[in-house]
Amino acid sequence: MRFDYDTSYLDAKRLLRYPAQKLAYAALAILLLAAPWLLPKYYVGELTYLFIMAIASLGLMVLSGYTGQVSLGHAAFLAVGAYAHAWLLSQGAPWLLSIALATAISALVGLLLGLPAIRVSGLYLAMVTLAFAILIEHVLGRWKSVTGGFNGLPVGDPVILGANLSGLKSFYFLALISLVLTVAVLINLMRGKTGRAFVGVRDSEAAAASLGIWVAGYKVLAFVISAAVCGFAGALLAHHVRHITPEGFNLLLSLELVLMVTIGGLGSLRGAILGAFLIGMVPALISQIKPLLGDRIAKQFGLEIFFFGLILAIFVLFEPKGLNGRWLKVKAFFDTFPLYRKDVFRRGKTYMKSERYR
Amino acid sequence: MNAGTRSTPQAGNAAGAGLQVRQLALRFGGVHAIRDISFDVAPGEIFAIIGPNGAGKTSVFNVITRVFDPSAGSVSFDGVDITRIARHRVVTHGIARTFQNIELFEGATVLDNLMLGCHRFAEESFLGQCLWSKAVRQSQARLRAHVEEVIDLLDLAPHRNSLITGLPYGVRKVVELARALATKPRLLLLDEPASGLNPEETQDLAFWIDDIRSDLGITVVMVEHDMSLVSEVADRVLCMNLGEALSSGTPRQVQSDPKVIAAYLGGDSE
Amino acid sequence: MPPEIIANLQLALNGMATGAIYALVALGLVITYKATEVLNFAHGDVLMASAFVAWGLIVGLGLPFWLAALLTVAFAAVLSWQIDARIMRRIVGQPQFAGVMLTIAIAFMLRGLVSMFFGPESRSYPTPWTQQSTHIGPVVVSDLNLVILAVALLLTALIYVFLRRTALGVSIQAASQNQLAAYLSGIRVKRVTSLVWALAGAVSGACGLLLAPIALVDISLWIVVLKALAALVLGGFGSIPGAILGGLLLGLIEQFAGVYLPDGSKDVAAYVVLIATLVLWPRGLLGEAHGRRV
Repeated sequence: MRFDYDTSYLDAKRLLRYPAQKLAYAALAILLLAAPWLLPKYYVGELTYLFIMAIASLGLMVLSGYTGQVSLGHAAFLAVGAYAHAWLLSQGAPWLLSIALATAISALVGLLLGLPAIRVSGLYLAMVTLAFAILIEHVLGRWKSVTGGFNGLPVGDPVILGANLSGLKSFYFLALISLVLTVAVLINLMRGKTGRAFVGVRDSEAAAASLGIWVAGYKVLAFVISAAVCGFAGALLAHHVRHITPEGFNLLLSLELVLMVTIGGLGSLRGAILGAFLIGMVPALISQIKPLLGDRIAKQFGLEIFFFGLILAIFVLFEPKGLNGRWLKVKAFFDTFPLYRKDVFRRGKTYMKSERYR
Repeated sequence: MNAGTRSTPQAGNAAGAGLQVRQLALRFGGVHAIRDISFDVAPGEIFAIIGPNGAGKTSVFNVITRVFDPSAGSVSFDGVDITRIARHRVVTHGIARTFQNIELFEGATVLDNLMLGCHRFAEESFLGQCLWSKAVRQSQARLRAHVEEVIDLLDLAPHRNSLITGLPYGVRKVVELARALATKPRLLLLDEPASGLNPEETQDLAFWIDDIRSDLGITVVMVEHDMSLVSEVADRVLCMNLGEALSSGTPRQVQSDPKVIAAYLGGDSE
Repeated sequence: MPPEIIANLQLALNGMATGAIYALVALGLVITYKATEVLNFAHGDVLMASAFVAWGLIVGLGLPFWLAALLTVAFAAVLSWQIDARIMRRIVGQPQFAGVMLTIAIAFMLRGLVSMFFGPESRSYPTPWTQQSTHIGPVVVSDLNLVILAVALLLTALIYVFLRRTALGVSIQAASQNQLAAYLSGIRVKRVTSLVWALAGAVSGACGLLLAPIALVDISLWIVVLKALAALVLGGFGSIPGAILGGLLLGLIEQFAGVYLPDGSKDVAAYVVLIATLVLWPRGLLGEAHGRRV
């Protein structure tokens, strides 16, 4: 049974409050730092990919999970970041400048989408973002002079201050540091004024406006932050795949991102990372079990999509709060042991009420 | 008391202070939600607006808090014309409101809801937030201290860390009131604060509204159907019907006005 | 008649032809939306699965077209009925977002299953109207397109009348607006909802059956649902006549954009239309306005 004894107002906001927590995160840090030497090469590469996907998932979580703005087209921002970075590198820009500019360009595109997008909400916003992503994919395919059209662009190596970080281990650490930095900044933003305002906009725009929150401004800010983070992830992804094409940022990737934040648990950064890891591992897992099933090569692609659907369906039906919800339940079990009650998290029966006519 | 005319001046009502509504009108296409309303609320007064459903009472609130643009007329508070200001600026002029259908932030705790009430006092720069700077931490501690005062005033301490979704209806109404108080308002607009409350909770509410006026010096305007509450706390009452003012005066005067009785079709519950 | 006018007329006719396809797909979408407020992202995949089933019946088993058509439509209806009864029913009452996510999940599963069973090759099958076309004055239209247009108009009229005039139709609308009240009024909400899904499924089955000979029996058939979304938005979300109007208009816009606007405009026209409509005229042409009362 755990009780909170806070002695100052800021104790509630501290990230690591209990010794057990500090221990657990320290162990995690040690494992992650040692991984390149403990794991086989293939898994180190996979882990790097998961880190990058986690950054993208965090970006979408800020928009969809915290501010409640649905986006079915976030691969567009990954694409913008990736292409901007690759092009700037090909023009000879130093790496740090290039990635900063790529992030800024992606943020600008987020602003351009956000300004009209905030006028629509819910289902309509989902459709606008979907259409936007398809539009970007077409533009990238046709703008041959800059993007190389459907043949794509090769991506230069990440060379920071003279050090080439394209090696397996060094790129792993680059991705890991990027993820840690992103998480740190976003955690702070979300426990500050901005994060609170985002949640207010999500849960009740009318009340938020009456409390002095400029709803339209915060919605656009959410788009900009989300686009910037995803652009950053896209630039890193460009290095990971070494050759980018418009097809690599298609609708399926957008929907994968949505899967990550939904399965992870809307409204939590931890959920974004957990969801990214789960969904990001599916292709790798599939290729592991494929030989066991003896399928034809052609069927492999179908299997991957099928599993995405299956996992999503299972979570929507049985654990709508996602992996983070499950995590919180397990934590509650240990916190209130032995007085844990199963029905604390029970959902009451609800009837559908029209959202058009409220 | 004639309907639609200016209310009699209160002693101490300096020109321009308090809430002044002049010839307000609100139209949606062919529907006249408000036809022609004028009234004054003196500082420190408790003013009630009553009337049958559809009279336009909540519409008046919605115009004052800038949910809608009025078709005609003006609203000013403390000498400042607020008829066309931006919706999120209303609270910076010292006006807070509660909603008829509770508009709490369901996914957050009571504490988070109240902290959001203090949003306009949060001195946190964007960069400061990213770095969780000392200034940001101090600002949060300050806000939390203020929120705790409100929690003490309304006895919300047992529910401080509860999620809104698990709370009973009566407690939610109190949380909504607390959130409005957290904005340090000078004018508080309460939209049907007693609806859905049992007699005991309504009595608590009456004490709180009185305390809010006498201890905190806040002017209160409330839309209400519960006449016993209105008789108990309100200084003056305005009765509306079909978008127009029907009668105004003390609760007793309005209750015995034959026009009001006719509008409610044969009398209202005491 | 001067050749430009003939060319434009031909373009317009082509536009109506593709527009009829969009309209028919949009019709199925709007029916489910009206009844359950869920936008069924699996609609395109039911369509795609039906096309494969049709191929299997016509080419694989050698059945005559009309028999295969009937069986295909029945298959689609039963598939949709089961999707609702077994899966969608479980999340009744949860916010709209959950429903949309679940339909996306079902879409993925259907796509994966079809992909696994049938493989990646494109296929086709003959219909009674393949290779035949009709001359209307100086312009030409393929018979299959005429059939699609006729089916679209007929089904729209039938369903519109059904929803407005019959008791069952009215109860469908009631269930979509306030489910608890519908239950209390004696409407068998679960049964009614599954019926609507079956109806939408039947429409998508017909779509798949008629579209495949034009666009080939292929996994990518499902993408037509995105164009149907644009059609729905243009015509006015939630409006059945709007679905037809939006579909036909969208087809026209695409054809003319392909000729008169820069290269590549035809591919993206639908999506630009969608974004522009939602941002500038959210109600679309015939849609309903709605907002939230505070």
